[in-house]
Amino acid sequence: MRQDDLLWIAIGSLSDIPQRGARCVEHSGKVIAIFRSFEDEIFALEDICTNCDGPISQGIVSDRSVSCPICNWEIDLKNGQALGADVGQVQTYAIQRQEQDILLGLPLARGVA
Amino acid sequence: MKKKLVIVGNGMAPGRMLEYLFEKDPDVYDITIFNAEPRVNYNRLMLSPVLSGEKSYEDIITHNDDWYTDHGITLHKGARIAEIDRNARAVLSDTGIKAPYDKLVIATGSNPFIIPMPGHDLDGVLVYRDLDDVEHMLAAAKQGGSAVVIGGGLLGLEAAAGLKEQGMDVTVLHLMPTLMERQMDEASGHLLKEAMMERGIDILTNANSKTILERDGKVCGVELDNGTIIEASIVVMAVGIRPSIALAKEAGLACNRGIIVNDQMLTSDPDIYALGECVEHKEQCYGLVAPLYEMAAVLANDLLGQQAAYQGSVTATKLKVTGIDLYSAGDFAQGPDREEIVLRDATAGVYKRLVLKDNRIIGAVLYGETADGPWFFDQLKKGTDISQMRETLIFGQAYQGGAPLDPMEAVAALPDDAEICGCNGICKSTITTSITELGLSSLEEVRAHTKASASCGTCSNLVENLLELTLGDGYNPNATLPICPCSDHDHATIRKEIRRQGLKSIPAVLQALEWKSSTGCAKCRPALNYYLVADWPGDYEDDYQSRFINERVHANIQKDGTYSVVPRMWGGVTNAAELRAIADVVDKFDIPTVKVTGGQRIDLLGIEKQDLPAVWEDLGKVGFVSGQAYAKGLRTVKTCVGSDWCRFGTQDSTGLGIRIEKFCWGSWTPAKLKLAVSGCPRNCAEATCKDIGIICGQGGYDIQFAGAAGLDIHGTQSLGIVKSQDAVMEHVVALIQLYREEGHYLERIYKWAARVGVENIRQRIMDDADLRQQLYERFVYSQRFAQVDPWSERVSGKDKHEFNPMAVLKLEAAE
Ligand SMILES: Cc1cc2nc3c(=O)[nH]c(=O)nc-3n(C[C@H](O)[C@H](O)[C@H](O)COP(=O)(O)OP(=O)(O)OC[C@H]3O[C@@H](n4cnc5c(N)ncnc54)[C@H](O)[C@@H]3O)c2cc1C
Ligand code: SF4
Ligand code: SF4
Repeated sequence: MRQDDLLWIAIGSLSDIPQRGARCVEHSGKVIAIFRSFEDEIFALEDICTNCDGPISQGIVSDRSVSCPICNWEIDLKNGQALGADVGQVQTYAIQRQEQDILLGLPLARGVA
Repeated sequence: MKKKLVIVGNGMAPGRMLEYLFEKDPDVYDITIFNAEPRVNYNRLMLSPVLSGEKSYEDIITHNDDWYTDHGITLHKGARIAEIDRNARAVLSDTGIKAPYDKLVIATGSNPFIIPMPGHDLDGVLVYRDLDDVEHMLAAAKQGGSAVVIGGGLLGLEAAAGLKEQGMDVTVLHLMPTLMERQMDEASGHLLKEAMMERGIDILTNANSKTILERDGKVCGVELDNGTIIEASIVVMAVGIRPSIALAKEAGLACNRGIIVNDQMLTSDPDIYALGECVEHKEQCYGLVAPLYEMAAVLANDLLGQQAAYQGSVTATKLKVTGIDLYSAGDFAQGPDREEIVLRDATAGVYKRLVLKDNRIIGAVLYGETADGPWFFDQLKKGTDISQMRETLIFGQAYQGGAPLDPMEAVAALPDDAEICGCNGICKSTITTSITELGLSSLEEVRAHTKASASCGTCSNLVENLLELTLGDGYNPNATLPICPCSDHDHATIRKEIRRQGLKSIPAVLQALEWKSSTGCAKCRPALNYYLVADWPGDYEDDYQSRFINERVHANIQKDGTYSVVPRMWGGVTNAAELRAIADVVDKFDIPTVKVTGGQRIDLLGIEKQDLPAVWEDLGKVGFVSGQAYAKGLRTVKTCVGSDWCRFGTQDSTGLGIRIEKFCWGSWTPAKLKLAVSGCPRNCAEATCKDIGIICGQGGYDIQFAGAAGLDIHGTQSLGIVKSQDAVMEHVVALIQLYREEGHYLERIYKWAARVGVENIRQRIMDDADLRQQLYERFVYSQRFAQVDPWSERVSGKDKHEFNPMAVLKLEAAE
């Protein structure tokens, strides 16, 4: 997906999210989890565990992964892949920081039903 | 035609014999049984629990009516055999039934001995042998009043304890200086006497009863030879038993004290066997079931024409009075050629003595802690040479290495389809195949690939055994297990270093102990957070991002992502205002499920996360605080109604439970901590399977710990008995603090106890008053920072971000 196919929306500032934690953004029936690492990197993933559908935003954040609070699967925050011996992927979203502001990139609905 | 087997007496010995017989060949005999008692076969050993009210007759039935029908047995209940006609080979009952036999088994048991003292035949003089006797005693106990038990042996003491439980005032008169002198030595007999007296039973030793006194044709008391008079509305004589041989003697069979049998259980008539307590074998009569069962096995074989010989038995005794643990076996008189090993722990009320001869155990007396009894007894019977383990012998099996059934052998013996991990339904072959095919070599790897032991972890040992079995020397189980992949250190090292180096934050720990990841992970961070909270109260600020979600939002996440909320009900007690508030909250927030928990609390399930603060606010208005049903910390103190309401209650168990809960709530512990307090040994609060349980008694408070009743089941172990509620608080709090300081994260108290040793813990808490005091004070200090109700904090705005979305996007722009 090209960057300019995205609609960038400001969702809040970095300090809204606890370090090694997450907050959620609701968007047309979906919940997107916005994670902040110890190094202040930001990640956006759909808030649904690939294994058990649990809310991964509620899990414990490690370096660049989160463990599902329900089933303990470890999910890579960069690409949504399940880590270790497990297989599966969580939907990720584009995200960027401009100074303190966080922008979420949502796909433009153009051409998509 | 089948041969006719007739059995006289339907007690425990023939019951077992028939089981052996049917196991081998159910079709050889046509069986008829005559029983003087008007009932089926029941477990006579369990009469005492029936007397004390812990069990009913139905509970102790061994073979019910269907069993007899199913096996084609004719059972004549309430029919006593009056005569054996050996010429006609038939028996005749007092009810007029005649039955011919090819083989006859006499199993008439024994009769209680009655001292022929004046008054022995009065109304109100009872014996203790069968269910009718128990019913007589229960009827008498209903009238209240006092009872005298003559005889301080096993039966007498069980009768006394039962009658006491039924509310009578009980005095035991014992002729000898020591109770149960045939099974106990002086020291343990003394402890036993004290324990009985603590329950409010009067014990008179060296007491020679002279006359049973009469009023209006009924018993009214007992007079001793020194003139003392003890009032009583019933007298139970339990002074011994005599083999019941009258029937055999009249038939002309050789008898001495009992009916004489050879090694095949045959009497002097080749078609008549004898079995059970009525028997004398090699000049020995037996009064306990174990030898009778050995006889039963021999007899079953002989009846089928198979070789077998009874060799005589050594016996061991256990007293079945709830709350008194006593075990004795073999011979324990002193003698010049004998040595002894004695262990005493006065505070814990433990006494153990082993008598050795030529490096072999010949006798054992255990009081207060009897778990090793069967093991000592096994060594005694096998005649094991104990010189190698002499130093540690008295500490029992756990100290010797090599349990009787080696766990490795046990796992090896399991079939391929045996389920190893119950949580995930993983069977043995799935695990072994994965180990070989995927080349797995550690528990972690097996967990990752098969999920076996990944949930509750109770099967970890089994999985490790399978690894060892499959890989042989390729598996090294003793390598200390690192806390998680981020570190090479194990829990113990980390705890030690945190204290030694004064590390007071998670980053400081990660730095000083050279963590391999920058942030730590979901395994190590909650552990580190706990260790820091526990070790540095007041200095360390709890790191919520290192807590599992439940502890972070003070509610339990459910599988659909909603939460459940459990308000704290101190000691499980509630009232109308609280219940009304709960009902209102349920209506207001449309809470789908309301459930009573196993810990005597009310659980509200299915609450949306954003509603949590509002739910808490409403509950908080009537004074509810969080029940912390999510915490690795103090959860619940379950209580029974105790002396306030219960007719058996000896102490205010409810009040004590509430006191403990109010004192300890808010504290964090390595794993969840559940307590219970029962008001008497009936133990309605089920204290003996809790992390810590207290059982109140007339003489004090019995503190128990290290129980489990989840995936693992363990009865608690005794910590010790203390005299007052204040002492309970001091000991229980010290125990919790010791566990807080030493437990590994997620290690339940029973696992901690198994790791460091129950005795070790007991000694430190019970015997070292200084240490106990220090532990107590450290706990009190840490509670200053821990006792903050998380709900009211959240209601007043703390961690608001947890409960609200960061943004709600309206995407008109994207259309
Ligand atoms: C209260 C109590 C507690 C005990 N606790 C223990 C314990 O903890 N451990 C232990 O090892 N042992 C204990 N014992 C002893 C144990 O119960 C006996 O050793 C065992 O029951 C004996 O079995 P038996 O089959 O030889 O005789 P019993 O079980 O006594 O059976 C004999 C049966 O034969 C019937 N009978 C007698 N004569 C006739 C006849 N002429 N015709 C027809 N039927 C007849 C009797 O009514 C009786 O039902 C206890 C006993 C009692 C009473
Ligand atoms: S445990 Fe409690 S409720 Fe149960 S009988 Fe004893 S005092 Fe009564
Ligand atoms: S509540 Fe406990 S016992 Fe019931 S399913 Fe859940 S974990 Fe298992």
